[in-house]
Amino acid sequence: MRAEFFLLVAALLFTIGCVGVLVRRNAIVILMCIELMLNAVNLTFAAFAHESQSMTGHVFVFFVMTVAAAEAAVGLAIIIALFRRRRTTDIDDASLLRW
Amino acid sequence: MLQLLWLIPLLPLAGFAANGLLGARLLPRRIVALVGCGSVLAAFALSLGAVLELGGIAPPSDGMEGAARFTQTLFEWLPMGQTPGGSDLTVSWGYALDPLSAVMILVVTGIGFLIHVYSIGYMEHEPRAGFARFFAYLNLFMAMMLTLVLGSSLPVVFVGWEGVGLCSYLLIGFWYDRMFDEKAKMSCADAGRKAFLTNRVGDVGFVLGMLILFGATGTLDIQGILEGAGSIDPWWCGAAALLLFLGACGKSAQIPLYIWLPDAMAGPTPVSALIHAATMVTAGVYVTCRMAPLYMHAPGAMLIVAVVGGLTALFAAIVGIAQDDIKKVLAYSTVSQLGYMMLAAGAGAFTASVFHLMTHAFFKALLFLGAGSVIHAMAGEQDIRRMGGLRRHLPITHATFAVAVLAIAGIPPFAGFFSKDEILAGVLRAGGGSGSPAALALWGLGILTAAITAFYMTRLYLLVFAGAPRMPEETRHHLHESPAVMTLPLIVLALGSALAGFLGVPEFIGGLPNYLEHYLAPVFAASGHAAEHAQGGAALSEGTALGIALFASLAGIASAWAVYRRGPLAAGKGAAGPGVLTRLVKGRFYVDEAIDAVVLAPYRGLCRVAAAFDEKIVDRLVNSVGAAADLASQLGRLAQTGYVRNYALVFFFGTIVVLVFVVLR
Repeated sequence: MRAEFFLLVAALLFTIGCVGVLVRRNAIVILMCIELMLNAVNLTFAAFAHESQSMTGHVFVFFVMTVAAAEAAVGLAIIIALFRRRRTTDIDDASLLRW
Repeated sequence: MLQLLWLIPLLPLAGFAANGLLGARLLPRRIVALVGCGSVLAAFALSLGAVLELGGIAPPSDGMEGAARFTQTLFEWLPMGQTPGGSDLTVSWGYALDPLSAVMILVVTGIGFLIHVYSIGYMEHEPRAGFARFFAYLNLFMAMMLTLVLGSSLPVVFVGWEGVGLCSYLLIGFWYDRMFDEKAKMSCADAGRKAFLTNRVGDVGFVLGMLILFGATGTLDIQGILEGAGSIDPWWCGAAALLLFLGACGKSAQIPLYIWLPDAMAGPTPVSALIHAATMVTAGVYVTCRMAPLYMHAPGAMLIVAVVGGLTALFAAIVGIAQDDIKKVLAYSTVSQLGYMMLAAGAGAFTASVFHLMTHAFFKALLFLGAGSVIHAMAGEQDIRRMGGLRRHLPITHATFAVAVLAIAGIPPFAGFFSKDEILAGVLRAGGGSGSPAALALWGLGILTAAITAFYMTRLYLLVFAGAPRMPEETRHHLHESPAVMTLPLIVLALGSALAGFLGVPEFIGGLPNYLEHYLAPVFAASGHAAEHAQGGAALSEGTALGIALFASLAGIASAWAVYRRGPLAAGKGAAGPGVLTRLVKGRFYVDEAIDAVVLAPYRGLCRVAAAFDEKIVDRLVNSVGAAADLASQLGRLAQTGYVRNYALVFFFGTIVVLVFVVLR
């Protein structure tokens, strides 16, 4: 299998995630898009690791997954707190942090 | 006792520390009063012992005429090293006792003690904290005054000089929250500030004079300066003498710096008696006498001193005629008498000057304390137009006040007669006894002043004590003689006013030797004291001069009696409204107003310009820096939308920019 395919898929996933973060207003969807971006990166790591027969990339993937899990937990907690307070998960409503 | 000289100023200072630190909170009134008076009494006892012991010291036998002198150097105060010229600028803290300072410390501590005792009664209605504060200030004043008198070098004298100025300020403004002059909107604190600032003008002269003397003689020690006075360049000598005299003008309230003294009456009456009559204001006269040899080498400066003194004496006496506030009358009288002392000093009659200083301390302190007793009885009323007939209600005050009036008016055998006569005789002898026109003119000034003094003092006496009572019914019921703690000092001072004159009976009268003159002669011997005794050639014989002076006094009293005996207030009402002259005198010749217009108004204008510069330019500059920062942040905050997606977008593009940068490099 050629690495290019994996990289193309990963780029596609990353773009979808990135656009999702930028255009969606639902906080949960944004969180999911972030996961998508992280996993795209994971895929890239794995592809290159396989290509170069190095373990470093594989190890990195595990690190990223750990961080992603932690991030998802914290992010969901924030969203729940936000929802309890404002009865919405629309992040455009959470715009208090400005002048 | 001489070895304990250092304790004399230190005791009142300790009293100040005790009352000042603990008095307001911890010590009961009784202890505060005890500490306040006791420390001064102890200082008086020590002074007496030291002066007696000084009498036993033989004068220096180096062939020169010189006075017995005891110097005590305590420590090196300002070790400033040597000047390039080789003179030593090190100043030691030392005290010196000679007959002149001996007379002064006895007057200061003795009369000071009596006034302290009197204050216990006068200040009895003061709350405890104020009572303690008052005695603390009084004690500090005593310490500073004694430092001034005893200081052996000019800087030490200057410390005392400034110290008494400070105490004067503190005590004038003692009731700092009260109004003093409603018409001029002057509070007591303002009066204190006026005194302090006016004195500063003179102090500049004092410091400059001190510097000139150091430059000329290479020492700041008084004795050293006086010994070297003969070798100073006459021009510098005159300049130094005049600059020192400027300082003396400020402290001793001479023209043109006298304006603070009448307003100094804002202070409690014992303060007026102690500081603004008996002791502090005589400091200028004292320093002038102290530096007598210097002045003897500057005849021009002497003449100026005499003229300023004579004019001050006459001017203040004239103003005193028309004052209606009992303390203001006394204040102008003090200015006038200080002018008399300066006149004597300027004429070279230093002994007469010190003699009058001493007798004046007695009778003027007595007058002020008597006035205080009257004010106390009248529940704070000071306007003599609302007094009258107090003779029956305040018998002791009345009797002692009468003694003081006779003393200041110059009626024999009271003290003022002898000292005033000695001054007038000294003036007549000035200039070598040739009866020069200047001396005669000054003598005429003195005689005129004597007559006016007798006039206004008799007026004061008649308006306050004689005639029908003019106060409201309510006040009349509360009239009471002051307690013994106040009347006893009055009686002692009255004895002093009556008898102090016999210390200096002129020799041509005989009967008693002229003790004071013999005592002080060695001090002033080097300053041409012999000239004072130049016989013959005088325009008038001493007896004739004395007769004229006495006649002037009697004439003053008689005319005041004629004018104010019956209807004290009808006197001014005869004419249709007050004339120009009356208004001029009533308005104190508008000197305050003139100084305000000539000196203070331009100064205030300058202040306004400076304030405008500060507000319009300096402040604007600073404010515009702030405004610029504000504007920048106004722009910057537009970036903060609060929308997470905006931040994410910026983040995204930022990342791309960084990536492009990294890849293309």
